[in-house]
Amino acid sequence: MSTVDPDAPPIPSIDVPGGALTPLADAQLNVELDTGDMILNLGPQHPATHGTLRLVVRLDGERVVSAEPVIGYMHRGYEKLTEFRTYPQVTTLVNRIDWLSSFANEVPFVGAAEELMGIEAPPRAQYIRTILTELSRISNIYLFLGEMALQLGALTPAFYGFRDRELVLNLIEAVTGGRFHPNFNRIGGLKDDLPWGWIADTKQVMKKILDGCDDFEDLVVGNEIFQARTKSVGIIPGPLGASYGVSGANLRASGVDWDLRRDGKPYLVYPELEFKVWTHPDGDSFARYWVRLQETREACLLVLQMLERLPSGPVMAKVPRIIKVPEGEAWVETENPLGQMGYYVISKGATGPFRTKIRSASFSNVSILPWLLQGVYVPDVITVLASLYFILGDIDR
Amino acid sequence: MPKKPKLPGLIGGLGITFKAMVTPAVTVQYPHEREDPPTRARGVIALKEENCTVCMLCARSCPDWCIYIEGHKEKRPPRREGGRERTVSILDRFDIDYALCMYCGICVEVCPFDALHWSPEYEYSEFRIANLLHDKDKLGEWELTVPEAEPLELGAEVKKAKK
Amino acid sequence: MSAVHLAVDAGWGWTLAVKVVVVMALIPLGALILGYTFLLKMMSHMQSRLGPMEAGPHGVLQLVMDGLKFIQKEDITPVEADKRVFAIAPMIVVISTFLIFVVIPAGPKVAVQNLDVGVFYALAVSSLSVIGVLMAGWASANKFALLGALRAAGQLIAYELPLLLAVVGVVIQAGTMNLQGIVAAQANGEIFGWGGIGNPFVITQFVGFLLFMVAAQAELSQTPFDMPVAESELVAGYMVEYTGFRFLFFFIGEFGTAFAYAALAATLFLGGWAIPNVDLANGWMNVVGPLVLFAKLMFVAFLIFWARFTYPRLREDQLQAVAWKFLIPIALANIVLTGILKVAL
Repeated sequence: MSTVDPDAPPIPSIDVPGGALTPLADAQLNVELDTGDMILNLGPQHPATHGTLRLVVRLDGERVVSAEPVIGYMHRGYEKLTEFRTYPQVTTLVNRIDWLSSFANEVPFVGAAEELMGIEAPPRAQYIRTILTELSRISNIYLFLGEMALQLGALTPAFYGFRDRELVLNLIEAVTGGRFHPNFNRIGGLKDDLPWGWIADTKQVMKKILDGCDDFEDLVVGNEIFQARTKSVGIIPGPLGASYGVSGANLRASGVDWDLRRDGKPYLVYPELEFKVWTHPDGDSFARYWVRLQETREACLLVLQMLERLPSGPVMAKVPRIIKVPEGEAWVETENPLGQMGYYVISKGATGPFRTKIRSASFSNVSILPWLLQGVYVPDVITVLASLYFILGDIDR
Repeated sequence: MPKKPKLPGLIGGLGITFKAMVTPAVTVQYPHEREDPPTRARGVIALKEENCTVCMLCARSCPDWCIYIEGHKEKRPPRREGGRERTVSILDRFDIDYALCMYCGICVEVCPFDALHWSPEYEYSEFRIANLLHDKDKLGEWELTVPEAEPLELGAEVKKAKK
Repeated sequence: MSAVHLAVDAGWGWTLAVKVVVVMALIPLGALILGYTFLLKMMSHMQSRLGPMEAGPHGVLQLVMDGLKFIQKEDITPVEADKRVFAIAPMIVVISTFLIFVVIPAGPKVAVQNLDVGVFYALAVSSLSVIGVLMAGWASANKFALLGALRAAGQLIAYELPLLLAVVGVVIQAGTMNLQGIVAAQANGEIFGWGGIGNPFVITQFVGFLLFMVAAQAELSQTPFDMPVAESELVAGYMVEYTGFRFLFFFIGEFGTAFAYAALAATLFLGGWAIPNVDLANGWMNVVGPLVLFAKLMFVAFLIFWARFTYPRLREDQLQAVAWKFLIPIALANIVLTGILKVAL
């Protein structure tokens, strides 16, 4: 444990009745007590992780010494699958990457294909795409608002999250036919138009969601116990988070004012809309919850704004019957509810992509865990995991 | 860390749960009560056999390859005197394996002859997975449950001939 | 009515036997009633759902069915476990619940034993469950069960003090530790000279009531103090190795103890079985008293479970800090104030 170093300063001796201590015994007094480390395996089946994430945590008492996420339990081989599918088939598959906000996964892929083909979807299609993207953002983050409180022990908010989310899912189902997997985007526009009465229904549902957000503000954000559990827990410094590739609300909660809808390459109709990008200076778990609450409200206001300005017209551009995308490469990234998602599509002129690289948000969000979990208490591990908000399908693809 | 008792936050939370308690529950007690899915809901695929020409487009475009089609060609007498003999395709087997089906709808969309339709029916669970293979006749029965296409929202383009 | 008189005068042995049987039947029944009303129905309605509806009309038989299900499960004892301690631990938890009911009065003559040190006895006996918890955690031969048990023991012991100190204020005001005496003091007392509603200590000892409720919440291991049995955390706590009917014992113990604490709170703060300025003749109060006590304890249980379903849970160190740095100083201040006011007024 301790070796006698000839260059070390002379070890002070202690006055002990009966004579001075020998140097070796003296040296051993300066050695720190070495407590044994315990290795704890969180997962892959665990209520705290949203799916099959395994976290190998080394504990010293109640503190975490090191943590290592082990991912891949849900790997479905998406990028390989896309090599052998046509574009409509791939659109169906990529729905299932981030299953809570499926529509938002299709948008960048279809955007990349349209960029390669040089086609622009008509304005009405762009508007409806944006509306559905924001609806899926609400559906995704609203569930987070309820479910993070569940991780911390409050049973009730989770049910409110599910209950109000049903309304949004019913809206998506009325348009697309599928609650979770809309499969609605096509190269050149959308599959179908809105059904009769949908705009009025959506306005009502948005008001309900805004009320629900106020409820969450009282029930969760204002709750002192919640604040005591989440404030100053899991602080991500802004530049460090950016260097790890953390994106979305996680980064905005650390004070970094970056939103692809406003700052990235313009896509969909966001350049024409007015919306606020919410940031919070603290960067702790509370900030991440707070930012997502405000984002939900902002998404509701965006939907209401877009419903006012919805243009009329066709929803599908003129495309050939058999779609063969010309050769080329395209990279499209969008601000998904979980963070920044991007598709890099290489096409060799066939009916399907040659190679698709999927940059998913949660994969990079999870990469910061080894750094973030150092030195936190064991119950705070759950808080941090809950506040980072990843979906396993998004990590593993 | 000691907390100062700021009553509003904790009391406000109690108020919300109390309000939820006295509001009626939103549960739909399935199977005693049922909710109707919307018209476009993707419940099950129905087949209108007389429209099918065994072109195999649906089977080819399915991402899971869950449609099994077999057909053969038969000769028919010419329509007019002195004409050429016609060949028609007869559908022998049209199975959709709902154990594999992803409910994506590409087959319904791709069919050029309007032979496949969506129906919102969803109650067809079976005790054996093999029974999830719906054959031609069963798919024909689903055709009776296909709803009328509903009108579109204001501002939609009015198409002359619906596909 | 004559049957009650008969039973009361019949003789010490028979009376005791009847009382023991009643209490032993009361605990599971109370646990069932509380479990159904609050855990199954109130929690469900707070979450905008209906709860169990199939077993029995509106799901009243759900807990009975769950109990039967637990009983018919395999009894698994870990190989390394200390078998006798493992078996006895749940019983100790339940026994401490039974013992609390010895002193709670449900009518002028309805109490198992009217001890002069009633309050002291009730609180002392309720802390026996800590031993049961520690035994369960130790005997499970499971690292995580032991961690959970130590956390639980630390929490239970820490919150004994605010519980006790909150009750001291009540004792000072009532002038007696006898629970019948405390009920009488509330029924016959006056608030600043007005005797309209008696002197329910929930009004005059408001701080004590709040302290008692918070401490009781912690003693019952309910959210926000349920770190020992945190369900969405790493381990299931000290009960992790218990299956089948042994787990049923813990469950009955948990809700039975909630029943007992609610009854204690109703007696100490809400006036117990008495309705102020109402005295029924012919011993009818012995029948109406339990019903009144039941109504009051359901109200207290409502408060306990309302808080349980609304709040997230505190971390262990925050929990201890709340107890030691916050509740105990307030409780001491409350005692001082009560003492001064009692002497001055």
